[in-house]
Amino acid sequence: MPDREITFVQALNEALQEEMRRDERVFIMGEDIGPYGGAFKVTRDLIDEFGPKRGRNTPISEAAIIGTATGAALTGTRPVAEIMYVDFTTLGMDQIVNQMAKIRYMFGGKATVPVVIRTQGGAGRGNAAQHSQSLEAWFFHVPGIYVVQPSTPYDAKGLLKSAIRDDNPILFLEHKMLYNVKGVVPEGEYVVPLGKADIKRSGSDVTIVATSWMVHHALKAAETLSQQGIEAEVIDLRTLKPLDKDTIIKSVKKTLHLVIVNEGCRTGGFASQLAGMLLEDVFDYLDAPIKIVASEDVPIPYNHVLEYETIPGEKDVVSAVMAIV
Amino acid sequence: MGLTTDQMVDMLRRMWQIRFFEQNVIELFKRGLITGSTHVSLGEEATAVGACAALRTTDFITSTHRGHGHCIAKGGELKPMMAELLGKANGYCGGKGGSMHIADMDLGILGANGIVGGGLTLAVGAALSCQYLGTDQVSLCFFGDGAMNQGGFYEGANLASIWKLPLIYFCENNQYALSTPLTDNTTVVDLAERASGLGLPGVRVDGNDVLAVYEAVEVATKRARAGEGPSLINAVTYRWEGHTIGDPQIYRTREEVDEWKKRDPIVRFTTYLLGQGVLTDEQARQVEDSARQAVEEAVEYAKMAPEPSLECLYDGVYV
Repeated sequence: MPDREITFVQALNEALQEEMRRDERVFIMGEDIGPYGGAFKVTRDLIDEFGPKRGRNTPISEAAIIGTATGAALTGTRPVAEIMYVDFTTLGMDQIVNQMAKIRYMFGGKATVPVVIRTQGGAGRGNAAQHSQSLEAWFFHVPGIYVVQPSTPYDAKGLLKSAIRDDNPILFLEHKMLYNVKGVVPEGEYVVPLGKADIKRSGSDVTIVATSWMVHHALKAAETLSQQGIEAEVIDLRTLKPLDKDTIIKSVKKTLHLVIVNEGCRTGGFASQLAGMLLEDVFDYLDAPIKIVASEDVPIPYNHVLEYETIPGEKDVVSAVMAIV
Repeated sequence: MGLTTDQMVDMLRRMWQIRFFEQNVIELFKRGLITGSTHVSLGEEATAVGACAALRTTDFITSTHRGHGHCIAKGGELKPMMAELLGKANGYCGGKGGSMHIADMDLGILGANGIVGGGLTLAVGAALSCQYLGTDQVSLCFFGDGAMNQGGFYEGANLASIWKLPLIYFCENNQYALSTPLTDNTTVVDLAERASGLGLPGVRVDGNDVLAVYEAVEVATKRARAGEGPSLINAVTYRWEGHTIGDPQIYRTREEVDEWKKRDPIVRFTTYLLGQGVLTDEQARQVEDSARQAVEEAVEYAKMAPEPSLECLYDGVYV
């Protein structure tokens, strides 16, 4: 019996359905997540099964969506709120940074805020500057929230289930280019733990750390490199925070070369941040500088060729590796 | 109105506790034992106590940067409150929060908040939990005339209105947003009128009349518990001190402050209770003295309390 393949969207939908069945306190809220099933169909049919009490369609009010989800989580329920585009989290930044992330600490550890904010970002569809960003660097920088970025349907389902069960506030970042990607997702119950990176491909010549959609470019680049006798180890971080530094360091000790691929801009983006954080730990092992593969420091342009050249692709990963091995 | 003698005496006692607490906070701040900035609520005892008297222990409040009075009114204990202001380990928040982040989850105090308007959407979330879990708890959001111009008010009120959430938006209108008078910040000075476009009832009440405040919140809680949705209360009051301690207050006259001090909510309530025969002069003095003593004990407690250890720095960031 062949393994079942479903899309990233279907995997997320199953995770939501299963967790809502498992725990009555879990509910979804957001714009158009009700009968419409969400802009990207992630919440399709959930309101049919669970009803409007547990599937709350909201007005266009990102600050209220995030703030209300935070207040609800603080007082005994477990909301999973959807923000349609990560670019719109800007409208709820106080709620994320000053409330959600800090309430537990400011209250001396006496409060728990088990909220998940699901959103999606990334370029590749010509959605232009205000609908194509990768903002994980911002959330990574805020103590008190976890940041999750799955790259496959299997990880998406397992990580969303873990995120919903986890008691910390979590930014769950999906990617618009991943939604229709298919992958093997077994039937039956499983979770993927937060804070564990996944070695998607083993190799001994270079470590490529990648996130989200970039994992697929890294894997394609690894195939190309293999034809030239260079074997890349591709690490899918899966969770940015908690960060699995150990898996990365262990890999670099073996390969002596490190490339980091992330779709945020080079300046202040996650790849640059991670490189800075790892440098102290891996400097003694490196045979070459850490290479950063990131988007150009521009707002994402509309024109599809300009957009394509702005964000990292397979060829950029290959060039980065070739520059250091 | 249904308040017993005991309840009214308790309200008076809490008003006095707030009064003495805040006076001591000013002293401690001037002596450098409380750091950063702190915002006292002298003169606003009736809004805090009147509103919280109409709430149950199991109801929720979100508070503001000027939240010591709200916390005391909701049942917050003076010793851990004062210890928190001094940053001590057995403060309400282990010294991690300070003046603007005091919270007591067991009493439904979902925190003072350092962001003006920060509680506006949090309170909606608490109301949502109440409705979702099928309890008849309510969620009351304290916020000021300044905060009412934050977007969260409109988003929150609209959302609470369409979902008929058990929410009370309680505007503690002290007529100044830091240095800016209300009349510079709005064209429609009766802030209760903002409710009508958002689908909830709005009332204006004398915020220095503790019983009027109590009544208005009582009405709002009944509506909320019956599943009829949110309410807005515009309680007009006045703060005796500056925005922060040390605020030069160039934006208002000494005469205006003195005029409002004559409308002291504690004097007003005491006069009422004496007139109604609820208390004698002697009993009224005892209430005042017991409050003064409780605060003094809290100050001593806080001064003697230990500092938090460095080892606890990372505690509470994550579960």
